[in-house]
Amino acid sequence: MSKEWPLWEIFIRGQHGLSHRHVGSLHAPDAEMAIKNARDVYTRRNEGVSIWVVEANNISASSPSEKGPLYEPSESKIYRHPTFFDIPDEVGHM
Amino acid sequence: MYAQMIKSEASTDDPEKLKEFQAKIDANIKVEPRDWMPEGYRKTLIRQIGQHAHSEIVGQLPEGNWITRAPTLERKMILLAKVQDEAGHGLYLYAAAETLGVSRDDLTEQLLNGKMKYSSIFNYPTLNWADIGAVGWLVDGAAIMNQVPLQRTSYGPYSRAMIRVCKEESFHQRQGYDIMMKMAQGTDAQKKMAQDALNRLWYPSLMMFGPSDAESVHSTQNMAWKIKMNTNDELRQKFVDQTVPQAKYLGLTIPDEHLTWNEEKGGHDYSDPDWSEFFDVLKGNGPCNVDRLEARNKAWDDGAWVRDGLMAHAEKKKAQVAAE
Repeated sequence: MSKEWPLWEIFIRGQHGLSHRHVGSLHAPDAEMAIKNARDVYTRRNEGVSIWVVEANNISASSPSEKGPLYEPSESKIYRHPTFFDIPDEVGHM
Repeated sequence: MYAQMIKSEASTDDPEKLKEFQAKIDANIKVEPRDWMPEGYRKTLIRQIGQHAHSEIVGQLPEGNWITRAPTLERKMILLAKVQDEAGHGLYLYAAAETLGVSRDDLTEQLLNGKMKYSSIFNYPTLNWADIGAVGWLVDGAAIMNQVPLQRTSYGPYSRAMIRVCKEESFHQRQGYDIMMKMAQGTDAQKKMAQDALNRLWYPSLMMFGPSDAESVHSTQNMAWKIKMNTNDELRQKFVDQTVPQAKYLGLTIPDEHLTWNEEKGGHDYSDPDWSEFFDVLKGNGPCNVDRLEARNKAWDDGAWVRDGLMAHAEKKKAQVAAE
């Protein structure tokens, strides 16, 4: 039985000026082939102008069980949003 | 459908956790790969997404059969693009299944040894060019019926794969209908071919949705988990109602003498396909079951040296870089 090609995660820049976004994954023997395959699979209809590929086992991720401690603190800090502050109309646009 | 008669697996998980999980699904919060999920949910999804992926891949065969025989260069290029899309759809789905902890090669092996199924529809032959039109129009049309609601399925990677698939699928149905229009407006002989294709593919298309499952336990569980969004009968009814006016526009007759508009239910009454034929095809006795599996096995075996060669090359290059 042959060895399975490694899994790569694919990121595409949709248009000039936008950041790369995760679009999916595929198997390829190396980075060069991963980019070629990504071009064939994920950019058939003008979806992108640039491709990044990352071998999936090189990605570290936060754990779902840490959702609470990681993200809840930001919910109570509403003063971080500009709408928290009332600025009188006569001040003009701010 | 592309995934037919998916049995749900019983869960033996902690009832408290199951309750929490169901509440999350009821609140339309997506389940992501590393979130806790019941074993039954995971296994059922692997079976369903895997079967869906296999259908995309095997579905390339009846259409690929006509790439070299398309009537014009433009038709050939269009069909080539469509068949290439199907390979992409298979890939998106395999990748979604892999997030559930099954390997790609595992899934492939189970297709090749017949343990996992693909949609019954691809065991029917495409005998002439009109069949390519009818496949796009009816088979892709039926697939869309199922795939559009699945964009809202509870499992994140599956839902995202479905969104990509649906974006591309309507090109498929339109190209099929475009072929049918050309044939139906053509010579008498062409019109006859179009009618003949509809006659042969109508009931196999209705079978794609699977037998009535309104009473099925599996269906109820899968719908509660939102990995099945509608009953088979609901989708089949929608398909019939959508297709009848399309056939009428083509000037073709749907091969069902009992087909009538039912004012009361606001839909058509229609004849059921022959379900014994459906079960027979699932068992492996359809016109093309043997050919399809042989073709997939041959492609896999013949491609082994390419897969191994590219891997060996990649490893050699890596070793060279490491030594420098």
